[in-house]
Amino acid sequence: MDSGHMNIVFVGHVDHGKSTIVGRLLADTNALPKGKLEALQESCARSGKPFEYAFLIDALKDERAQNITIDTARIFFKSKKREYLILDAPGHIEFIRNMVTGASHAEAAVLVIDANEGVMENSRRHGRLLSLLGIRRIIVAINKMDLVAYSSEVFERVREEYAAFLQGIGVQPAAFIPLSGREGEGVAHPAKAMPWYHGPTILEALDAFEKDAPPANQPLRLPIQGVYRFQGNGDRRRIIAGSIASGTLKQGDPLVAYPSGKKTSVESLVGFNRPDFTQAGAGEPIGLTMREQVYLRRGELLCKHGEPAPQVSTRLRVSLFWIGQEPLVMGRQYLLKLGTARQKAELESIESVMDATSFAAHDKPTQIAYHEVAELILRLEQPIAFDTGDELPQTSRFVLVDGYEIAGGGIVREGLVDSGSSLRREVYQRSEKWIHGRLSSEDRAARFDQEPALIVITGPRGSGRKRLAAEMELQYFEQGRLVYYLGIGSVLYGVNADLMEERDPAHWQEHLRRFGEVCHLLLDTGMILIVTAVELTQHDVDSLRIIVGLEDLRVIWVGGPVTTDLVPDEVVDHF
Amino acid sequence: MDHLYELENRSVYILREAYAKIGNLGMLWSMGKDSTVLLWLARKAFFGHVPFPLIHIDTHFKIPEMITYRDRLVRELGLDMVVGANLAALEAKETFPDGKLDRLGCCAALKTQALRQTLDGSGPRVRFDHARGEYLPEKEAQAFQGVIVGVRADEEGSRSKERYFSARDSRSEWKVANQAPEFWNQYKTEFAPGTSVRVHPLLDWTELDIWEYIRAENIPTVSLYYNQGDGKRYRSLGCWPCTAPVESEARNVDEIIEELKVGKFATIAERSGRAQDKDDGGSLETLRRDGYM
Repeated sequence: MDSGHMNIVFVGHVDHGKSTIVGRLLADTNALPKGKLEALQESCARSGKPFEYAFLIDALKDERAQNITIDTARIFFKSKKREYLILDAPGHIEFIRNMVTGASHAEAAVLVIDANEGVMENSRRHGRLLSLLGIRRIIVAINKMDLVAYSSEVFERVREEYAAFLQGIGVQPAAFIPLSGREGEGVAHPAKAMPWYHGPTILEALDAFEKDAPPANQPLRLPIQGVYRFQGNGDRRRIIAGSIASGTLKQGDPLVAYPSGKKTSVESLVGFNRPDFTQAGAGEPIGLTMREQVYLRRGELLCKHGEPAPQVSTRLRVSLFWIGQEPLVMGRQYLLKLGTARQKAELESIESVMDATSFAAHDKPTQIAYHEVAELILRLEQPIAFDTGDELPQTSRFVLVDGYEIAGGGIVREGLVDSGSSLRREVYQRSEKWIHGRLSSEDRAARFDQEPALIVITGPRGSGRKRLAAEMELQYFEQGRLVYYLGIGSVLYGVNADLMEERDPAHWQEHLRRFGEVCHLLLDTGMILIVTAVELTQHDVDSLRIIVGLEDLRVIWVGGPVTTDLVPDEVVDHF
Repeated sequence: MDHLYELENRSVYILREAYAKIGNLGMLWSMGKDSTVLLWLARKAFFGHVPFPLIHIDTHFKIPEMITYRDRLVRELGLDMVVGANLAALEAKETFPDGKLDRLGCCAALKTQALRQTLDGSGPRVRFDHARGEYLPEKEAQAFQGVIVGVRADEEGSRSKERYFSARDSRSEWKVANQAPEFWNQYKTEFAPGTSVRVHPLLDWTELDIWEYIRAENIPTVSLYYNQGDGKRYRSLGCWPCTAPVESEARNVDEIIEELKVGKFATIAERSGRAQDKDDGGSLETLRRDGYM
C-alpha cells in the first residue's frame, strides 16, 4: 500500500546542520536542476567563500520566489525506493508554529544533533514535539562528526544521552546515525571515515520505513462533521457526514453517538460518484443515512455498538505544547477542539512543566509559556467524548484556542471522574434500551417549524418564575409552536410522591433525576419545554443537561442577583 | 491508499469544515481545471449539491468558450452563480488591452480590485435567476465572510506559503510571516469580527494530480485544454490578451498526462503562458498580499 510518496521533516537546534544535510541529500540523489551545484560552487570560488551545501536550499528558495521551474515550490528528492517531499524545508523552521504545521503532516522525521555541541534544549524540545504530534518514524542524525575527528566515543556519548531522554518520553527512534553533512559521510553514501559504524545511512534509514496501512482492528470513531438535509432536486435524505478517524463502517452497523449516548444504525452509506458504496475505512470521508432517526449534531462521536466505547468526561489529564502568544493561565477561558467537538475549557491544575527555564525557581508553576510542554488537568464546561493517546491517537488529539487563535496542542492521557459520571452511565443504559419508532424528535419538531428546546426558569421564591413561564408558553403557543410548561412541583407530588413522604434533602438528586427524565420524554416529542424550579445550582442544571441530552439549554434567573453558583444565560428582574 | 484519494479525502474534509464554520461562504470558480476539480470535490463533500454560491470575477476579456461553458453548467447543475466585475474600470477603458495600463496594473484593476469589491458586496454583482434563465443585478449584496479558492502550492512561490484556512483582515491583506498553525485536521475557524477567510482545499495538489484526478473521476472540462486539430491547446486559462496557447498535440486527458509526465512540459512551469507573471520577479506575491488569488 505504498503510495510512492513520503513526507519528511528535518528538525533540531539552530545551526546543527539541517540545511547542510538536506542540501547534501539533494545533491547526492541528483534532485537538483542541471548545473545548479556547479554554478553555486563556481560562484563561491569567485567570491572566495567556502561552498556550503546549505546554500543550495537558499538558492532553491530564491528560484522558487522567481517562479522558474515547476517543482521547486516544494523540495523533492528521490531514492531507489520512493519519492520524498521535504515539508517546510529548513530555513524558517526556527519559527515553531511553522515547524508544528509542517511536522504534523510528516510521516517521518530526521532530528539533527551537532556532535560537537551535543544535546541542546531544542534537541529535547523538538523530540518531545515530534512525540506529541504523533510522528513515530524518527531518525536521530548526529552531525558534524568531522569536527570531532569521527570519534566513536563522542558519538556514543551523545547517543546515550539522547537515547535516555527519548526513552523517558516513550520514543523509540529507528536509528542513531553518525554523519558529516558537509563531507557527505553517512548521508546518501556510507561513511568511509567511520569504519566503526555499521548501521544505515540517512537515505537507507528513510527507505527502511514502511508506510503502514491504518490498523483495521481499531474501533470505529466517526466525528460528525455535519448533518445535512439539502432540499434541491427532490433530495429528501438526512445525511450524517464525517471522516472516519479509525475503524471501519458498513451498511447495517449499529451505532452509538457520544456524549449523548443515542443509538441508531446505518441504513446506507452515501457518496457522490460512488456506486456500490457499502463499506468504508479509516481516513475516508463518508455520508450515512440512519435507520432509526435520532437527533444528532456536529461534534458528536459516532462509535459502533459492541466495540470498546470512548470515554466521556469534563476533566482530562493531558500532555500539551503551548505556542500561544500569551501564556496558558488559570482562570482564563479557552476553547478546546477535539475532532469536530468543541467545548469551553479552563486550566484546573498544572502537574509538571518540561524545560521550564523561565520558572526554574518556582516549585509550582502557575502558567505555561510559549514553547513549553506540560502535563496538566483541563476542566471543560460540558463533557466531551475522547480516547486516550495510547488507545487511539486520532481521537486523543486536541487543540486549545485562545481568543481566535490555535495556541496549543495536546494529547489526552487520562479521563478523570467528574460529578456527572454516574448519571451518564444511566443515560447510556436508557438509550441502549430505548424503543424507537420511525420518527425522530427532529421530525416531530419540524412539523411545528421548531427545534426541541428546554428553557429553565429559576430564581428565589416569589420572584415571578411561574408567571414568566406561563407567559412564554402562551406566546409560543400563539406563534403556532408545540410548547408545554412544566413546574417541578407538578412532578414532586406525582411521579415523585414516594420520595416526598420522607422530605429528606438527600432525595433532591433523585427528585431532579426523575424530573429530568420527564423532561426528556417531553422533549422527544419535539416540543419547546419550559420548566420552573426554585434556586437551582450549576450542578443541578448540568445534571438536567445530561439527562435530557441537549447541549444548549436556555437558563433564565428571575429576581436577580443570583443566589447560587449558577451561571445563567439571562438574569431578569422580578416578573 | 491511493495518493489521489488521500488528496481527495483531505480536500473534502476541509470543504466540510469551511461549510460548518464560516457563515456567508462562497467559492471562486474560474472554469479552469483547478476550480472545476474544486467544484467536483464540493459535490463529493455535499452529496451532489453545492450548498453555497459560486463566484466568478469576469474581466470581460475571458476566452468566450469559458463563459459558454460556465453558463451551460450553471443551468445543468442548478448552480447558484454570482458574477462580479470592475465595471467602472471597464467603462473608463482603464485596462491593458485598451492601452491605458500595463499587464500587472490591469490584473490589479480587473481581478484584485474586482474580487475585493465583489466579496465585500460594494461592487456590482449579478446572480443567475434559474426561473428566468438569465443574470439579474443583485440588490443589497451581502459581504462574503469566506471564500473557497482553488490555488495550489506548486503553482508559484508565494502560494506555497499558504495555509488551508487563511484569515485576512478587513482590508483583505495577507500577513505572510505571522500565520496560524495548522495541525491534526484542526484549522483556524474562529475569527474576530470583520475578518474574512480564504480556504484552500487544493493546496497539496500538483498540476499532474489535477489531471490524474480528472481522468480517474471522469470530470468534464472545458474544450480549450485540448488540441482541436491545430496543434495548439491552453495549459492554463485566463484572459485572452495575456494567455497564449501552447504548442501541443494532446487531444485528451490521457495525452495531457503523458505530456506532463515525460513529454515536453515535464520541466516547464504551468504558468509560463501567463504574461503577467513575467513583468517582475515577485509580482504574484505582491498581488497576493493585496488580495489576488
